[in-house]
Amino acid sequence: MVEKVLMCGNGAVGEGAIQAGCRHYFGYPITPQNELTAYMAERLGELGGVFIQSESELAAINMVFGASASGARAMTSSSSPGISLKQEGISYIAAAELPCVIVNIMRAGPGLGDITPSQADYFQAVKGGGHGDYRLITIGPASVQELYDWTAKAFYLADKYRNPVMILGDGFLGQMMEPLEVKKIEELKLPPKTWALTGAKDRSANIIRTLMLKVGELEEHNKKIQDKYKRIEKELIEYEAVLTDDAEIILVAYGTCARICKESVFLLRKEGIKAGLIRPITLWPYPSAVIRKISNNIKCILTVEMNAGQMVEDVKLAVMGRCPVHFYGRMGGGVPTSKEIVDEIKGLEIK
Amino acid sequence: MKKIFGKPECMTDKPFHYCPGCGHGIVHRLIGEVVDELGIQDRTIGVPPVGCAVVMYHYFNIDMTEAPHGRTPAVATGIKRVHPDKVVFTYQGDGDLAAIGTGEIIHAANRGERITTIFVNNAVYGMTGGQMAPTTLVGQKTTTTPLGRDARLIGYPIKISEMLAITDGSIYIERVAVNKPANIIKAKKAIKKAFQIQLEDRGFSMVEVLSQCPVNLGLTSQKAAEWIDNTLMKTYPLGVIKDKSGE
Ligand SMILES: Cc1ncc(C[n+]2csc(CCOP(=O)(O)OP(=O)(O)O)c2C)c(N)n1
Ligand code: SF4
Repeated sequence: MVEKVLMCGNGAVGEGAIQAGCRHYFGYPITPQNELTAYMAERLGELGGVFIQSESELAAINMVFGASASGARAMTSSSSPGISLKQEGISYIAAAELPCVIVNIMRAGPGLGDITPSQADYFQAVKGGGHGDYRLITIGPASVQELYDWTAKAFYLADKYRNPVMILGDGFLGQMMEPLEVKKIEELKLPPKTWALTGAKDRSANIIRTLMLKVGELEEHNKKIQDKYKRIEKELIEYEAVLTDDAEIILVAYGTCARICKESVFLLRKEGIKAGLIRPITLWPYPSAVIRKISNNIKCILTVEMNAGQMVEDVKLAVMGRCPVHFYGRMGGGVPTSKEIVDEIKGLEIK
Repeated sequence: MKKIFGKPECMTDKPFHYCPGCGHGIVHRLIGEVVDELGIQDRTIGVPPVGCAVVMYHYFNIDMTEAPHGRTPAVATGIKRVHPDKVVFTYQGDGDLAAIGTGEIIHAANRGERITTIFVNNAVYGMTGGQMAPTTLVGQKTTTTPLGRDARLIGYPIKISEMLAITDGSIYIERVAVNKPANIIKAKKAIKKAFQIQLEDRGFSMVEVLSQCPVNLGLTSQKAAEWIDNTLMKTYPLGVIKDKSGE
């Protein structure tokens, strides 16, 4: 029997990491993810792992860089302003093709903003965020169980693709309590990390670098990582579809907003309005093809986010004008209610 | 024929890219000799800086990783915490360590990270073309202090070794120079001691090396070496700044 416990989302992320074999965590306190930092301090203390409360997010992400370069499964977590600080390091990690997991329990911005939940870091997660052309595999879980499952899986994906993975939650998901099945994490086969820094014993030196000065070398490297991204786009897309088969109106939302939208779909159905939901789980790679396909057969899409309209750009790119794409958003810590969304749909001019 | 002089075993045959008269090559060589003498080539991991020494990894048969500018001690911390049995060092210029990376070096020292830092103080930014460093002397001309460093506007040369010495995690800090043979011999002793302290798992160790950057000082190699003796050492005197290794 799998153990079932009541846990907050932040704790579930931590336990997922532990179960996936992460023994190196580096972080700097920030609300609303502090439970995660404290959880890692406690669990890694019990297990003889490495926990460092770093002097800043800059230091934390670069400790992850060093630990990952040394072959360890390493993680850091933060919330929006701290993720902004980590972006330089994330760019280096992506460029050096090092695996690691970065957790962003988003809060409202811009600036210091508020500690209330938000989805306003979608852009800085899926569009690169730091300098240069790179991608983070970005996961948007919508429950405590999914935070656990996907954090554990994130370590595997990071190793498999040698790429940083971001778990993109929000203050709501991080702090709410739900029952959690602490499932055993199956160790999947991965190639040995022959590139890791372990000391040049009986082999030539391993060098991890992102500086490429020879003419054409950096362009070649960029092409190589872009090819990898294409492979990830082919292999990794995950989403949930709710009542989409006969739907005339499709809601698109992820994370907390998707949970609320699901309820809105049921409310609308009760009133005879044929609504459905597409919930992207991988935010990058994005389930564009699914949205594109469905856009041929429906009246319109409503994208719901806790921001001023970020993911809606990807929805529009997927739809390419095949049907109208509307947006409903709350900002600055506002969380939409299912009723608000129902009213929004009823207020749309649907042809 | 008997070979009586050559490159250290742990170094490659690649010629240095440094300017004529630059101190970086000498410091590299000293590290190479120390690594050979301690027999630790196969368990040493280096973290070069962003600065003129950024491609230091070309010159050693030693595992190394790049680090973002100034984050060098944080990257080294991550490595050392995964591999406590390995010898981890950072190599940093005065911009990397004493300006953009001030936070990382202070906290690495204060945590007593078992790493060794080789801090190359040439009183100027070499790689970016001769701008002011935090260690630039008052009155010293650089491209960003064309009239000389004005202390009232931009403060004083920072004494980071002295600052790090007051952290409880630091065990050994010495300032040396590589401007003439007698100093080079002392510099090597200091570097060796700094690595030994790490091997003994004592805490943080650092050697500050006063080094010549003739190009950006606008001096000949010889004059740059003399400038270190006659001018730079007035602000940055050589000697042991902290040594708790005997305690
Ligand atoms: C974040 C960031 N800011 C600025 C730079 C540009 N930059 C490269 S090296 C350097 C200063 C190097 O000077 P120093 O550390 O004294 O080393 P030296 O070249 O003199 O050996 C600067 C400012 C950079 N690469 N990254
Ligand atoms: S610019 Fe200065 S520090 Fe850089 S290689 Fe030339 S002499 Fe050395």
